[in-house]
Amino acid sequence: MSDSVALADVIAVACAEAWRGDGEIFASGMGVMQMLGARVARATFEPDLMISDGEAFYVSGDLPIGGTQKLVEGWIPFRSVFDTLAGGRRHVMMGASQIDRYGNSNIANIGPWAKPKSQLLGVRGGPGNTVNNATSFFIPKHQTSVFVASVDMVSGVGYDRAKKVGGFIAKRHDLRRVVTNLAVLDFNSPDNSMQLVSLHPGVSIDDVVSNTGFELVIPSTVPISRPPTAAESAAIETIDPKGLRHREIPA
Amino acid sequence: MSEPRNKIITEDQAVATLRSGMTLGIGGWGSRRKPMSLVRSLLRSDITDLTVVSYGGPDVGLLCAAGKVKKLIYAFVSLDSIPLEPHFRLARQNATIPEPTEWDEGMLQWALFAGSLRLPFLPTRAGLGSGVMDVNPSLKTVKSPYADGEELLAVPAIRLDAAFVHMNRSDARGNAQYLGPDVYFDDLFLSACEPGRRFVSAEKIIPTEDLLKEGTFHTLKINRSMVDGVIHAPNGAHFTTCEPDYGRDEAFQKAYVDAARDPEAWKAFSDRFLAGDEANYQSQVVAWREEIKAAKEAAK
Repeated sequence: MSDSVALADVIAVACAEAWRGDGEIFASGMGVMQMLGARVARATFEPDLMISDGEAFYVSGDLPIGGTQKLVEGWIPFRSVFDTLAGGRRHVMMGASQIDRYGNSNIANIGPWAKPKSQLLGVRGGPGNTVNNATSFFIPKHQTSVFVASVDMVSGVGYDRAKKVGGFIAKRHDLRRVVTNLAVLDFNSPDNSMQLVSLHPGVSIDDVVSNTGFELVIPSTVPISRPPTAAESAAIETIDPKGLRHREIPA
Repeated sequence: MSEPRNKIITEDQAVATLRSGMTLGIGGWGSRRKPMSLVRSLLRSDITDLTVVSYGGPDVGLLCAAGKVKKLIYAFVSLDSIPLEPHFRLARQNATIPEPTEWDEGMLQWALFAGSLRLPFLPTRAGLGSGVMDVNPSLKTVKSPYADGEELLAVPAIRLDAAFVHMNRSDARGNAQYLGPDVYFDDLFLSACEPGRRFVSAEKIIPTEDLLKEGTFHTLKINRSMVDGVIHAPNGAHFTTCEPDYGRDEAFQKAYVDAARDPEAWKAFSDRFLAGDEANYQSQVVAWREEIKAAKEAAK
């Protein structure tokens, strides 16, 4: 791979890959890199995805992040978002302040819930998202304070908890992938605990392991995360002309 | 011959009907189209021990900072462009909200919908398996009586004693209109509220015959049978968004957040903007903008 490919572009493509094969569903990204990934996927290999402006409209075309020249193709106010996710016709990529080996995630608070050391957003729609529609994560800083043995508040449901609930939720529960500044991970191991999928260029397995606070499943061969194709690079430039993606990745 | 109800009142008249200990629903979403002039009036009252239901923004932050919240039913509290609400954070970190009740976003909708339909609960999957079940031990599940037998979360209905929402337009009788991209759940807040204290503030009060001049009939989600009091509140959602009349006042929101970091700065902010009436608030905002502009000019 050429040295000239920026890490942020490799990560944007790794995020885009989360939606491969999803077809005509709502690809929802909570954050700059997540939105970029969804829009690059639609602009290239997954053209039927539905993309929103993050406010209340489905938009057609390659809307740049923060762009205001919208080609509206539909209306998606919050009530319709709730309907769509309960119907399972959505794949959301969220952030997480903490995540554990089974994908239990936390955006709510750090420290005990009753009196948090740090109050964050609250659970938001995380509980409903993770038991209803496919969910992926982008985490800009892969470190042991984020990849933890146990999250302080389960705002997003992981595989162990989904199995305990059983029935429909256990059967349909679908955490797809976790993209970080170091690697791509998923939950396709035999017991659905987090496993390494690929390493970003220049990152070693040890780098990932030493920044993860639980035991990762490491396959015998781990490829390097692929660079963008020419079409993907062009889409990245069109959708993020200001280079906001580079600010998402810690130096 | 009988006359129709006269619903035009002021924020303070609306707030005067509330009592301590009531359950209040507040419309809008995060820092979007919040009924801020009604919230500011509530801040000036001696009403306390409220149960507040909200897709929370600065409404929740301000009520927490003023110590008026006994129980808070929320899924998040956020200022959108500034993700974390400073007063809410402090209140949670100091454990000064006696009964924080944290639910999934969809659960709030379901609770209000159940309340509006006079049902005891509505079933959902949202919440199951999550920390919501851990921190709300009173939540119960219900088994589907059909062949699937699925165990679902029974979201308990919320009936409100009072509801505040802010709209772009309303006629004097409470036929109200949103002209922005999303009604959020404002119609549900009004429908889940006992008749008597359902209040709509609006940017403009217009004649009924003008209701379809600026928007299609789709924008008329709120009719007068859902409303008891109508308040003329120009710039009433400030500093939150009220599209298309105005966007969020990002500079003012930032000043609000900066002031919240320090008790003395917050005292100065609230003395200036919140101690007086709504007219004072609005004139101080205008003066504040002039000061910022002058300071920028001077720095050039």
